[in-house]
Amino acid sequence: MSEVKEHVETEPVMSGGKPPERPEPPALGLVGWLRWSWRQLTSMKTALVLLFLLALGAVPGSLIPQIPVDPIKVSDFYEANPSLASWYDKFGLFDVYKSVWFSAIYLLLFISLIGCVVPRLQVYLKALRARPPKPPRNLNRLPGHQRFETDASEADVLAAAHQELRKRRFRVETYDGAIGAERGYLREAGNLVFHFSLILTLVGVAWGSLFGYRGTVLVVVGNGFSNAVAQYDDFTPGRSFTPDDLPPFTLTVNSFKATFETQGPQRGAARSFDAGITYQETPESPEKSYDLQVNHPLSIDGTKVHLLGHGYAPKVTVRDGKGDIAFSGPSPFLPQDANFSSFGVVKAPDARPAQLGFEGFFLPTAVIDQRGPVSVFPDAVNPALVLTAYYGRPADETGKPQSVYQLDKTKLTQFDDGKGDKLRFQLAPGQSIDLPDGRGSLTFDSYDQWVKLQISHTPGLNLALAGILLAILGLMGSLFVHPRRTWVRVRTEDGRTVVEVAGLDRGPERGLGDELDAISNILNRKREQA
Amino acid sequence: MNSATLASLSNLLVPTATVIYTLALLAHTVEWSSGLRVRKPAEQKVLVGADGAEIPAGADADGTDEPDRSSRWQQASRIGVLLTVLAFVMHAGGVLTRGLAAGRVPWGNMYEFAITASLAVAAVYLFLLTRQRLEWLGLLVTFVLAATLGIAVLALYVPAADLLPALHSYWLVIHVSAAAVAGGGFTVGGLASILYLIKSRAEAREADGKPMSAALRRVPSSAGMDAVAYKVHAFAFPLWTFGVLVAGPIWAYYAWGRAWGWDPKEVWSLVTWVVYAAYLHARATAGWRGRRAAWVAIAGWVVFLFNFIGVNLLLSGIHAYSGL
Ligand code: HEM
Repeated sequence: MSEVKEHVETEPVMSGGKPPERPEPPALGLVGWLRWSWRQLTSMKTALVLLFLLALGAVPGSLIPQIPVDPIKVSDFYEANPSLASWYDKFGLFDVYKSVWFSAIYLLLFISLIGCVVPRLQVYLKALRARPPKPPRNLNRLPGHQRFETDASEADVLAAAHQELRKRRFRVETYDGAIGAERGYLREAGNLVFHFSLILTLVGVAWGSLFGYRGTVLVVVGNGFSNAVAQYDDFTPGRSFTPDDLPPFTLTVNSFKATFETQGPQRGAARSFDAGITYQETPESPEKSYDLQVNHPLSIDGTKVHLLGHGYAPKVTVRDGKGDIAFSGPSPFLPQDANFSSFGVVKAPDARPAQLGFEGFFLPTAVIDQRGPVSVFPDAVNPALVLTAYYGRPADETGKPQSVYQLDKTKLTQFDDGKGDKLRFQLAPGQSIDLPDGRGSLTFDSYDQWVKLQISHTPGLNLALAGILLAILGLMGSLFVHPRRTWVRVRTEDGRTVVEVAGLDRGPERGLGDELDAISNILNRKREQA
Repeated sequence: MNSATLASLSNLLVPTATVIYTLALLAHTVEWSSGLRVRKPAEQKVLVGADGAEIPAGADADGTDEPDRSSRWQQASRIGVLLTVLAFVMHAGGVLTRGLAAGRVPWGNMYEFAITASLAVAAVYLFLLTRQRLEWLGLLVTFVLAATLGIAVLALYVPAADLLPALHSYWLVIHVSAAAVAGGGFTVGGLASILYLIKSRAEAREADGKPMSAALRRVPSSAGMDAVAYKVHAFAFPLWTFGVLVAGPIWAYYAWGRAWGWDPKEVWSLVTWVVYAAYLHARATAGWRGRRAAWVAIAGWVVFLFNFIGVNLLLSGIHAYSGL
């Protein structure tokens, strides 16, 4: 490496006969100044500083809630500390990894990287063709220097040393009365491969975030999904994504089964999730079935379908004051705790004479304790529905989309139980309740389950992966190959051959191998035989 | 053997290993304390106590000096290493039976991760010991091992049980074992860097004419320690790269549907990686070689430890398997 470093760092900064004094910014106008900045940016010290900055810059994102990770936490934070939050927001601290300053750090790092490795690649290609150099004048100043005398001829000594070094996979060059040998060229190659592969990985990641997409959808068991943007509950496209990129598949969730630990301290912890689905890749293709599990996504034409979560959807029938069915079917409730106490709403906006609305909890294993009804186990062992009820004037058709998980209570009145308390009722499957004043009734028929699916496509992922794997390969070359040089010089003094050997470690402080000892041993043995 | 027997065997082996590591720590403490007295370079026969008071040579019961003392510390060192090997065997047995009892790999929660990660530290240390002289690290290594296992047994213990569904995958096995062994390397490398800093400071002081304690004089030169630290890091860094940047994302992709999601655990794994990349750079940068690079290595180790302990306890995320 030292040669490369020397080369890169002593290259003249500017032509014009001035010595290459680096630290001083030259008074050379724009071009000189630009060159100077470029050299600063691509220096090893800058790389070091930028690496530290990258590490430091990544930290706040793990301490402050992030919009892409947990938007609800971010809005909670806004509510709790409005003034701090607005400062955080100014500096992009709620989305650190897409912020301008974080991007600036890693882009500078990669520009520095390119500026650093491209010249090194050129130097390396030249070095590859170079022959091992002549021995320096004073071998005795080098590490591992040994000197001894032998009766063997100069030519024999050199031939033996040559053979030994070739055996040890040195590249050997013969000079007049000496040989120079070098090995470990792959170290610098590994280093270059490593740094170039990092660029490859970055390109792969960028590719994925430009052209990929990710969306989630909640599907009640028994229902289907067809891959169109409008069908998603939440959809995040990459910047260059177009809706035509969505493959036209459809799928149906036929069954879902979750099992839970029933004993021990981890009672209630999930053990397995299993969703049976059927799908068609295009409207024309044949139907196929798939067993969707955590860790076992479905792949359709490069698009992945993951099972992310599950929950319950109580099925109820609401009759209005006239006795007509105003609503019937499953309503997904969202789990609030590990035992799947699930919150949700049932809406009957078409009920007459008054519209009806319900809000409350589905409890898969209901128990009444001093806090009131709670769920104590995630599986539906003793399901119950605990609701409060509202009525109000028939709603105007506003056409505004409304959340299916929330009841807009601004124009609704809550039912009371006739004693001045809010009306609250608990139902087991099959049970019904009649609302006061003949305003209607609600029947808890049964419950369904729902699954949350994630559908995503991340095109650059394989490239990014290949980049990292290649980087590791290069890294191993760079860290484990041990580049070094060996020299042998002979001369004849008083009829005897004087041999000098020495080496030079060209890696990071790894010392020399045992080749010097090996050579002197061979030659010494020769001497004994002679 | 059924799983209850295996579980109780594990619960026997791990605390026993903890005790034996503590005995090894004691032996290494004796090894080091037998040389903490500083000899004045000029008058070799006069010993100076820690408080500076002179202790007449030959004050020991047997009345002899140097040669015997040195053999005493050598004995203590040998006993320390032997006890460490013995504890390691029990420790490995404890981790193995724990895994067999649960019917899976033993890192489903913080307790298991602590006993497995410390096993990796012991394994890396003992492996290196077969290839080069490394007893001088024994004191620090056994301290870390005894402390980690002690905390695991006393504070983190949970009975053996199955994993959450997201944790079922052989990529998890690859991911965690790579990260654990790399972590063992980082730990040994970090400890070597700490001793390197101590030794090189003592060397610098000695050059100024200040005396160096016999215990420090015994251990290798700072250059030798630096070389060891580099080798360990050079071994651990590619493994860490593979563990957290290849195996981890592949597993996360199968389990959670995204390869990288800036979860706190992922962020800190990347920070660890970047700091160690900086360490390797620092070693190649003029003005950063040596002591500054060692500080970067120690910073890397601290970040690694925070990722392992702090992130689980302080920051929430979906890597929530701590079982606490
Ligand atoms: C994305 C940022 C970077 C990362 C993660 C990174 C990582 C690494 C690693 C792990 C090594 C150790 C391998 C070895 O010792 O051969 C290394 C070595 C090296 N890097 Fe980087 N690097 C980055 C950017 C840069 C930049 C910008 C430069 C140019 C200034 C650079 C120049 C070098 C050089 C010259 C070496 C060889 C050091 C030696 O001789 O030991 N790197 N890099």
